[in-house]
Amino acid sequence: MKFEGTDHYIATPDLQIAVNASIILEKPLLIKGEPGTGKTLLAFEIAKALQKPLLTWHIKSTTTAQQGLYEYDAVSRLRDSQLGSDKVHEIVNYIKKGRLWEAFEAEEAPVLLIDEIDKADIEFPNDLLQELDKMEFYCYELQKTVVARQRPIIIITSNNEKELPDAFLRRCFFHYISFPDIDTLKQIVDVHYQGLEERLLERALELFTEVRESRGLKKRPSTSELLDWIRLLLAAKTTAEQLEQVDLQQELPPYAGALIKNEQDLQLLEKQIHYSRRFS
Amino acid sequence: MLLHFFLILRNNQLKVSLREYLDLLKALEKEAVMPSINNFYFLCRTVLVKHEQQLDLFDRLFGEVFGQLQQWGEEAFAEIPDEWLQKNSLKQLTEEEKAKLEAFGGLEALMERFRKLMQEQKERHEGGNKWIGTGGTSPFGAWGYNPAGYRIGQNESRHRKAVKVWDKREFKELDDSRELDTRQFKMALRRLRMLTREGQATDFDLEETIRRTARSGGLLDLAYTVPKTNQVKVLLLLDIGGSMDEHIALCEQLFAATRYEFKQLEHFYFHNCLYERVWKQEARHRTAMLSTETLFQSYGRDYKVIVVGDASMSPYEILYKGGSVEHMNPEPGRYWLSRLKEHFRNCIWLNPVPEKEWDFTESIALIQELFPEQMFPLTLSGLEKGVKTLQQHS
Repeated sequence: MKFEGTDHYIATPDLQIAVNASIILEKPLLIKGEPGTGKTLLAFEIAKALQKPLLTWHIKSTTTAQQGLYEYDAVSRLRDSQLGSDKVHEIVNYIKKGRLWEAFEAEEAPVLLIDEIDKADIEFPNDLLQELDKMEFYCYELQKTVVARQRPIIIITSNNEKELPDAFLRRCFFHYISFPDIDTLKQIVDVHYQGLEERLLERALELFTEVRESRGLKKRPSTSELLDWIRLLLAAKTTAEQLEQVDLQQELPPYAGALIKNEQDLQLLEKQIHYSRRFS
Repeated sequence: MLLHFFLILRNNQLKVSLREYLDLLKALEKEAVMPSINNFYFLCRTVLVKHEQQLDLFDRLFGEVFGQLQQWGEEAFAEIPDEWLQKNSLKQLTEEEKAKLEAFGGLEALMERFRKLMQEQKERHEGGNKWIGTGGTSPFGAWGYNPAGYRIGQNESRHRKAVKVWDKREFKELDDSRELDTRQFKMALRRLRMLTREGQATDFDLEETIRRTARSGGLLDLAYTVPKTNQVKVLLLLDIGGSMDEHIALCEQLFAATRYEFKQLEHFYFHNCLYERVWKQEARHRTAMLSTETLFQSYGRDYKVIVVGDASMSPYEILYKGGSVEHMNPEPGRYWLSRLKEHFRNCIWLNPVPEKEWDFTESIALIQELFPEQMFPLTLSGLEKGVKTLQQHS
């Protein structure tokens, strides 16, 4: 059982090792990296490559750790008691299983994605320590301990909005997806748009790198922006010649909106162009 | 060797614990990766490093400890004729043979043998297990297999990617050696809260429901309650420009920490000392200006004010009218500072300048007079004390 990327996802050797090490040692893998480098996608691709079911748990600012385990629906039980339903005698009818519980119970060890863990309250990761470590938790209402049949493959992503506590980090393996180098970028574009004209790709990557390297950008365009942008170029049937004529000193690249998502960054680029026009 | 590496990491502020070390051993035992120095590097990185800020430090330390495996070399190897190392045949090894090779002894023994061989060998060699050549199992040469060996004259490692990935130091930018991380700041700021129930009743109140249901003779009567939220209101006044430049990183952290912590957080900028106007944006545009009077009018006395500034300036800026370095101020800075203190019940001043240096700057002493017992250093303990002070009158 080894992860080596898929037809649509290029995994660099260091990422492969990180994923495989966490699968073998049954530890959650914490993935960080610039937005748009495929953190969330990784879990989907692992599930696909290893042919395992995928469970996703998207974290919001209001999510609590308990919701991942289970929730007890007291209101509907009270209502049922009023209506004289038979269901009411079994408390288990009112326990709603959370994602972790589902993952623990699954027939075959699934891939569990805990997406954007930093969005939740600052104490959230601390509440999950025991569960991730021992892969078990206690359900008070049923008075039983839920133990994982097999340890699921857990992928956790973070965007660094909040620092995660050390105790939590110690229980995870960590991998930082760095922005791919030019060869890997080519491979990535290649698996998404097969048979792209070589010259067009060269030039598009040149322009993209130049925009990305501009000083002072707040949000540098990343892999996902590059892919969107190339899709736009293809949809508009932009030719290699047209792209080659683009001079970033003089004008913004076509469909700059796909690359630069931030108004301030757009203004910054425009300002730079304005200056270079004045001095040339 | 591994333990040595582990201790070096610990001695260099890379906080690895026993747990990580055991994980690493387990990973090696279970053969999580193919044996090669690069794979070993990636594995160590995955297991031992927990913050992207530490990646660069880790790369450097790894290079220091394991780098010597490859460092020995360029000059000594330069003398080996190229044709000895031309790729020719590849030897397929059995697992058993690989294991034997692994037992070959330490680095020193290898080095010693290499030097001897260099003296003895005079011709091209291929496929053997002793001489420098290609495709064999001798520890020295290229295109062969020996987990403890040297690669000489090969453009890339055949068994995995390019050499010495850690020497690229691609994570340099991420290493900002922060003294404090935002998490600690946030934990300190957490104390600054007033939990009150306001707004829509959305939380189900089980106890109240039971009580009411019992009272109405078993007829279900649901009760909801308002969730608790932090109602503290904070006004952050930040000094920018000039002498504050060196403290920007620290202030940004504080700012990042406060941002998600409070229901209401307003921030304004000023330059050196508070005068008749403040700015909404860092770039201090004319349009984003606000008079300090308006500030007092729009924000009530219940706002808690945190001023962040180094308070390092010419004493004239505080004491005299027209003392500002930027404009003609009709009233001296201290008037505005005392008005600020009169208007808001709770004010503190956080100073990024280390506390022991405060005495050397006259203006800090002047501002301390205006903020008696209310100036704190911008450190974790300073922030904690400051938060406590802010809580006193609520």
